[in-house]
Amino acid sequence: LSATPEIPKEDGRPKWDNKFQYILSCIGFAVGLGNVWRFPYLCQIHGGGAFLIPYFIALLFEGIPLLHLELALGQYLRKGSIGAWNTISPYLGGVGVGSWMVSVLVSLYYNTVLTWVMWYFINSFQEPLPWSVCPLNENRTGFNEECYESTPVNYFWYRKTLNITPNIAESGTLQWWLILCLAACWAIVYLCTIRGIETTGKAIYVTAIFPYLVLTIFLIQGLTLPGATEGLIYLFTPNLNTLKNPRVWLDAATQIFFSLSLAFGGLIAFASYNPTKNDCEKDAVTVAIVNSMTSLYASIPVFSVLGFKATTAYWDCLDRNIISIINEFDLPEESIMRQNYTSWISFLNSSYPEKIAGLKLKSCDLQEFLDQSVSGTGLAFIVFTQAIILMPGSQAWAILFFIMLFSLGLSSMFGNIEGVFTPLLELQIIPKSAPKELLSGIICLISFLIALCFTLGSGSYWIDIFDRYAGSVPLLVIAFFEVIGVVYIYKIKRFSKDVEWMTGRKLNLYWQIAWRFISPLLLLIVFMAFVTLQMQKPPSYTAWNPKYEGFPMKEEKVYPPWVQAICVLLAALPCMCVPLVALFHLVKQKRRSKDPSFVPPEVFSCQGANS
Amino acid sequence: MLRALLLTLSVVAISHAELCKPDAQNAFKVRISIKTALGDNAYAWDANEEYLFKAMVAFAMRRYSSKSTTQISNVLLCNVTDRVSFWFVVTDSSKNVTTVPGSEVEAAIRMNRNRINNAFLLSDKTLQFLKITSTLSPPVEPSTPVWLIVFGVVLCLIVAGIVFLVVSGIQKHKKKNKESTERENLEEKVEVTLENGIPCEALDLKAGHINGVFAADDERFTSL
Repeated sequence: LSATPEIPKEDGRPKWDNKFQYILSCIGFAVGLGNVWRFPYLCQIHGGGAFLIPYFIALLFEGIPLLHLELALGQYLRKGSIGAWNTISPYLGGVGVGSWMVSVLVSLYYNTVLTWVMWYFINSFQEPLPWSVCPLNENRTGFNEECYESTPVNYFWYRKTLNITPNIAESGTLQWWLILCLAACWAIVYLCTIRGIETTGKAIYVTAIFPYLVLTIFLIQGLTLPGATEGLIYLFTPNLNTLKNPRVWLDAATQIFFSLSLAFGGLIAFASYNPTKNDCEKDAVTVAIVNSMTSLYASIPVFSVLGFKATTAYWDCLDRNIISIINEFDLPEESIMRQNYTSWISFLNSSYPEKIAGLKLKSCDLQEFLDQSVSGTGLAFIVFTQAIILMPGSQAWAILFFIMLFSLGLSSMFGNIEGVFTPLLELQIIPKSAPKELLSGIICLISFLIALCFTLGSGSYWIDIFDRYAGSVPLLVIAFFEVIGVVYIYKIKRFSKDVEWMTGRKLNLYWQIAWRFISPLLLLIVFMAFVTLQMQKPPSYTAWNPKYEGFPMKEEKVYPPWVQAICVLLAALPCMCVPLVALFHLVKQKRRSKDPSFVPPEVFSCQGANS
Repeated sequence: MLRALLLTLSVVAISHAELCKPDAQNAFKVRISIKTALGDNAYAWDANEEYLFKAMVAFAMRRYSSKSTTQISNVLLCNVTDRVSFWFVVTDSSKNVTTVPGSEVEAAIRMNRNRINNAFLLSDKTLQFLKITSTLSPPVEPSTPVWLIVFGVVLCLIVAGIVFLVVSGIQKHKKKNKESTERENLEEKVEVTLENGIPCEALDLKAGHINGVFAADDERFTSL
């Protein structure tokens, strides 16, 4: 059953207004918060410029082939993930169901991260910024104790935003301000996805392009800040020794994989709205390269700002020491400057060692400040917000920064929601006469109600769990089955012919080799390594506990057994769909073959050619 | 006469030295950071500034106790360093060679801290009275939190957008339904118009068209 070339008929399926909208949507889906707050961190801890080597190798052998596979699949079969995999083979329908499930889980918690971004955004209109000063305590004799012992930025994040509980077992109460922001976020998502790609296609022009503008502004601003060059040198100085550590290669592979948003079903859905005669090969290469370039481009302002922050902290440390010395020895002001600090210190240490020892001066090391690496929400809401306070005109920078984060996350949300919406639309959950607006409304409403759990005091611990377990292992499994399914069940020869028909030229040997051997092998290795690393130590988390002795350090705790069970469930449920659906169809097939009056339908049906 | 004068002066000087010295009873250390506060506009600390300081402390004491007995000469400064830091003490002229209790001085300075700071163009941080803590000013809280206002604006925009899209969707749906029924009617007319390839205008629908070929076989057909 090879594809018969046919004139694309008017099947009433929505389509993109133009090619640019489609490419922009794919790029927007791929480029998300991880490009800003995970890639620079990985670069930093894995030897700077040297990390680019495993990163680009992973891009070449894992990222681009898998991306091309998904786009070609969606474009040819013109169906969402569930429909497409059912078409390839009913036994593989589980792959589609699995991706749909992962899209649902990820949409739930991803929008809560956007809720936090929105909360910070609406708080950025105040003078002074609320995370720059500590509030006073009840009797106004001093500052709030929790804030005083940590920093105002930490206090605003953990207390005023999350109102976090000391451990995951304590749920705390629903935080009303987060509920308001969550409602607003889901309303925005509904507004943009109300009619599927008709509306997201318009919204993507803003949400996909705006972050680049802001990144450029931050780039220019960041490079003018003092200490920016130190940060950039620190980031990009290659340390080739790190490449010996297999952890680096694993991180590169997983970063490429999750960064391109593969196996969510969203890319298949986007491509399914394309005309079939479209060059998906060029699209895949374009999207993958733009995504990686964006990661690199984003790391420059991020590290300029981090370098600025480290330099300012270093100067503050020096200044505090200088003031102590000046006050102790009653030396005139500005006698000790940062430049001659070391010579003064050595002189004073030799002449008055006891006095110097008595001052308890902190050792100020710029390298130490640069080494404090953070990724994820810590980078955005703690480190970056602190750096913004130090910049002149902080309100404007804060507003710009949080709008940028919001658009980055929103364009990724479009892809997630499309991965949920398109299969449901095709399964005809709601009658055809009902408007699309109703289905998207129902999805957004139900998601909002479920996501209320994340606004509890322990919400951020749960989001970490979802991020680590629902948004990682299942994707690797689903992608593996995707490649195996297309290459060995749909058969690579048939798929090559389909792609040739769509792109108009013969498939390169690179794609054949990558799809047949390299990508599945790589996925298998990554999956095994990932699971092995997770199993090595009991899953733990760090909790913010003001009553902890080591406060303001976070307390390391182990997940209680019931939480561990939920983690396993989250990781296993989407993966289990694959064998379960196959089993279901096998049983159905066996039952039908036992019934002599029933004529079994052709398993490999002609649906593919007719869609 | 002269000897007596010299003797009293020396006694006064010695008692002053005893009253004002580092860590003396009821003495306070002051630390001033002019360059930090004013940068290039910094003035030099000289005897005139010291005079102003004595005057401000005397003013503070007068305002606090509301009795006009404290004179500038009651305020003693000593141990002035290059840092600019010094010790001061306020003597009580009514009682012989004693100092005003530290608590009174502290309360007086606290009450007039703002005036003293402004006289020297400094702030609580740059004109430090060690041992006298400054009261922290409460942050200005507007009646409605600013974030709630911004949130209200954002939410209104979103709701307006949703309502607009839903209403336009319903209108489009209605128009599409009307259009599809119109098109159905039009298509029927089109079919009629092109019946058997002959346009209806040529056919006389009322009377019918007699086909000459079959005219002979008229009696075989039932009449209409």
